[in-house]
Amino acid sequence: MPRSLDLVFAVAGKDIRAELRSRTALLTAMVFAALVLVIFNFARDPTAVSSATIAPSVLWVTFALAAIVAMNRAFTVERENGAMDGMLLAPIPREAVFFGKLLANLAFVGAVELVTLPLFTLFFNLSVWSILPGLLGVMALATIGFVAVGTIFGAMAVRTRFAELLLPVLLLPFMVPPLIGAVQVTTRLLADRPLSEMVGWLRLLGLYDIVFVTLCTLTFSSVVDE
Amino acid sequence: MSAPEIPTLHPARLIRRGLRLSAIGFLGLVLVYVLALTYAPVEARQGLAQKIFYVHVPAAWSTLLAFSLVGIASATYLWLEDRRLDRFAAASAEVGVVFGGVMLTTGPIWAKPIWGTWWTWDARLTLTLFLFFLFIGYLALRAAVQDPEERARFSAVVGILGMLLVPFIHLSVYLFRTIHPQPIVLKPSAPSLPPEMLRTLLVSTLVFTVLYLGFVTTRYGLALEQELREQGPDAA
Repeated sequence: MPRSLDLVFAVAGKDIRAELRSRTALLTAMVFAALVLVIFNFARDPTAVSSATIAPSVLWVTFALAAIVAMNRAFTVERENGAMDGMLLAPIPREAVFFGKLLANLAFVGAVELVTLPLFTLFFNLSVWSILPGLLGVMALATIGFVAVGTIFGAMAVRTRFAELLLPVLLLPFMVPPLIGAVQVTTRLLADRPLSEMVGWLRLLGLYDIVFVTLCTLTFSSVVDE
Repeated sequence: MSAPEIPTLHPARLIRRGLRLSAIGFLGLVLVYVLALTYAPVEARQGLAQKIFYVHVPAAWSTLLAFSLVGIASATYLWLEDRRLDRFAAASAEVGVVFGGVMLTTGPIWAKPIWGTWWTWDARLTLTLFLFFLFIGYLALRAAVQDPEERARFSAVVGILGMLLVPFIHLSVYLFRTIHPQPIVLKPSAPSLPPEMLRTLLVSTLVFTVLYLGFVTTRYGLALEQELREQGPDAA
């Protein structure tokens, strides 16, 4: 077991190292997220809709769009120079490859989210210090599920003709349950509602993570094996 | 990889059989229209608008039947790797999208006079809309992968994941709706249907099932024909 964990970290570490050396994709995704936030600010009528009402939806739509942009890149880098073939030839179980890619994607999407969050509080004039642990928790809970599905779809989409278009079309329906849940929990967190009002949604998010991480792990070998 | 394929049925014969079934289905559809307009009584509160029920509900039935069978065929494909399952899943998804289109157009036509709005974010409506999008994505993926072996595996994975997504979408939109209740009390479900209405509905459901089978058989035959032609030079 520790040995397979090493392999997972090796795959993830390779991705993260490659990303940190160039930093272009990460920076671009962050700028993209910031731009989406700015555009949203102009897309509402401030006299009609208060920023607190629309804030949770804006936050999660921004996260979703930024995540798609970020995940598009995960397997595109593997395609160049046949890097994916090299990794598949290595004596690593497919599950470890999947978890490694998932971990790297989570680090990537997580970094973008963590940069977006302060900008979001700044633009929407919200104070989130008191609810920060809860907010980070729901971010993690919602993100794990759709990044797992995004990782497997990314591996598929990269082998198709219009990968950049196909990934969002396939992934967005799968983002619906986590996004609805996350928006609901965030709204209640911002309104200082008691935990009992969020438990149902948190359970849904947790269940989604368990089901889809398991399922994606099991089916990953069918996607990458020739 | 998969076992050598012995096409038990000639594609042309399959297509003929599918077209014949579809023709029977279309004739049945005429019968459904006649039954709905002359045999089934006019609903007291909804009036003639309720007649769309005899098309809308069976179309929804065929859509869900089509999509469930895609899910089952996908799961079985990853296990058995039989090309026929993949061909069937593709045909069923395509036909399901057509029936889904019928369902999603007849629904709003009925909803406008009865609910007073074309669309509402009711749990059932939202679920079917996302299913529809999901299967359009499924077909887009199929169109984008060239290698047939790879296409079959990829779409099987999407089919399985999609099947498991359904309860999650249902649960989330259901929770969403119950927390934000909508002023719609009128629901399309009618527990005690007059026997004439029920019979008309049953006939219509049967007709739509025949249409589904006819369309899928035709589509399957066409896909087989296409595959055989693409392999043609190698096989000969």
